[in-house]
Amino acid sequence: MNSDSDPIIRISGLRNQFGAQIVHDDLDLEVRRGEVMGIVGGSGTGKSVLLRTIVGLNQPSAGTIEVFGKNLAELPPEERRMQERRWGVLFQSGALFSSLTVAQNVQVPLRESLDLPQRLMDEIAAVKIGMVGLPPEAASKYPSELSGGMKKRAGLARAIALDPELLFLDEPTAGLDPIGAAAFDQLILDLQKALGLTVFMVTHDLDSLHAICDRIAVLAEKKVLCVGDIPFMLSQDQPWIREYFHGPRGRAAGVAGSQPAGA
Amino acid sequence: MQADGLLRVSREGGATVLAAAGRWDINAATFLDAALRQIHGESGSVVRLDLSKIERLDTTGAWLIFRVRERLRGEGMAVELTGLGPNHQVLFDQVEANHKPVQIEPHKRRGLARIAERAGKNVVYVVRKAGNFVAFLGLITEAMARTAMNPARLRFISTVYHIERVGFSALPIVGLISFLIGVVMAYQGAAQLTQFGAEVFVVNLIAVSVLRELGVLLTAIVVAGRSGSAFTAQIGAMKVNEEVDAMRALGLDPIEVLVLPRTIALMVSLPLLAFFADIMGLLGGGLMAWISLGVSPAQFITRLHEIAGFWTVMTGLIKAPVFALLIALVGCYEGLRVEGSAESVGKLTTRAVVESIFLVIVVDAIFSIFFNLIGI
Repeated sequence: MNSDSDPIIRISGLRNQFGAQIVHDDLDLEVRRGEVMGIVGGSGTGKSVLLRTIVGLNQPSAGTIEVFGKNLAELPPEERRMQERRWGVLFQSGALFSSLTVAQNVQVPLRESLDLPQRLMDEIAAVKIGMVGLPPEAASKYPSELSGGMKKRAGLARAIALDPELLFLDEPTAGLDPIGAAAFDQLILDLQKALGLTVFMVTHDLDSLHAICDRIAVLAEKKVLCVGDIPFMLSQDQPWIREYFHGPRGRAAGVAGSQPAGA
Repeated sequence: MQADGLLRVSREGGATVLAAAGRWDINAATFLDAALRQIHGESGSVVRLDLSKIERLDTTGAWLIFRVRERLRGEGMAVELTGLGPNHQVLFDQVEANHKPVQIEPHKRRGLARIAERAGKNVVYVVRKAGNFVAFLGLITEAMARTAMNPARLRFISTVYHIERVGFSALPIVGLISFLIGVVMAYQGAAQLTQFGAEVFVVNLIAVSVLRELGVLLTAIVVAGRSGSAFTAQIGAMKVNEEVDAMRALGLDPIEVLVLPRTIALMVSLPLLAFFADIMGLLGGGLMAWISLGVSPAQFITRLHEIAGFWTVMTGLIKAPVFALLIALVGCYEGLRVEGSAESVGKLTTRAVVESIFLVIVVDAIFSIFFNLIGI
């Protein structure tokens, strides 16, 4: 058993290389249980690659990744599936299965890993769809009939179908209107509180960073430059970090974020 | 599944007490779902749900609690929840706020109504499609006319590229298929014709069938499968990716940029491929006639000269540009109809192949009747 202080994700010495292009080199990062970790970095610094590597969609060239205290690469397939059930992933554009309706998409993880009565699955799908803020009519629609923001919500509903302990989000609020994005942040906070969720979030949304992230990791120069909370980031002298958090957008988000973020 | 201890039912004074304990999560859901459905009481009685012993609650557990509460209330009981921790309360509130049932699939009719609906839809679809085809043909013709007036508008590089893709790269497969068909024709023909001592007529059989029909027909079918489908998939993927919309927004005409080069490339390539197929078919037939019947190459060529004239070859080749137009038309048309998802690309690609082969064969039949009537 892991105690609460153990990191839920531990990455050490990670190296990712595509041909001659080195994306990550000797990258270390730890994510603690129960925290919301935001990953920021300029375009092309490998934020999404990092996420994909942790969930096992990308084979690293070197280094180890432990999730829930186990090195995924060394697990036998059966155990690995058990591990994968404990996390949910929201891809950038939702990645919904286009031949299934939204409700059926949400039911895919339920159907694959559990043997539940159909009626209960329908009820669970309805709750999840409501939780992510989709109207009930959206449940019977196909992904091609949804807007980008709705796809993202549906993707989140699928990611939380099994009430995972760990949630990976790839730019969850990109492409959402500000009201929708704020509601999305609140939703993630609620889920995190209710389910004791750990969230690993790649984002560019400074408002999200201010509103919900406990800690932020900055990716640059092929590694994690530094990890810390917002005040820590604001005190950094590194030029990119200064520019990012002290730039006009950073300041605006800071003003908004310093107000109470609601319950 | 360890079921014991998750739910204990007891009576305390006048009230029924449901004591929940342990892990109320999705792994226990099947058991809890069934167990909670068993719980009934009299209208007007009191039910107390004691949740203080729950170790872990997830959305599914919260939903099951909410559902049993609503149902018992609906049956006229007074239900109280006690011992819901603050973290669990958040979850319960989430579930309570989102308890509306949803429809999982779009509504579908069943039985006779469904059959009638489908039949009607298909009729409308076919009629509309025929109209759309004609309209699309008009669009292409118009674009061709525009290009003919101003040849600089033709996407020359794109056209050449597609000639290579649909014509040159198809040579091996078209050649091989025709060669083998020639072999098979000669072989089967020989088996029948020797019975009448008419072996030498095998040349007639091969020449007429390959030159008039099989060469061009097989080529058209191979090209429809190879290139018609590729047209649909390429244009369809561009449609999904909004590239076609981007072209329109930039003032480019997708017909001119995408459809015309492909159509012209196919109309140039298919006659050439068909001619190549003719040669390969004769070669295969001749080889087999030599091996199995002893018809020497010299005999074969002499006989070929006697029976196959200019029009024998032309009745075959004249059909090739028409088939090419049909295949390109269907392939591009279906590609432009792709909407939304990758699934639609696959569906329409299949449809393009089936439709273009069907049309090719129908038109081939019409040609046969026509040539018969005018006597060539």
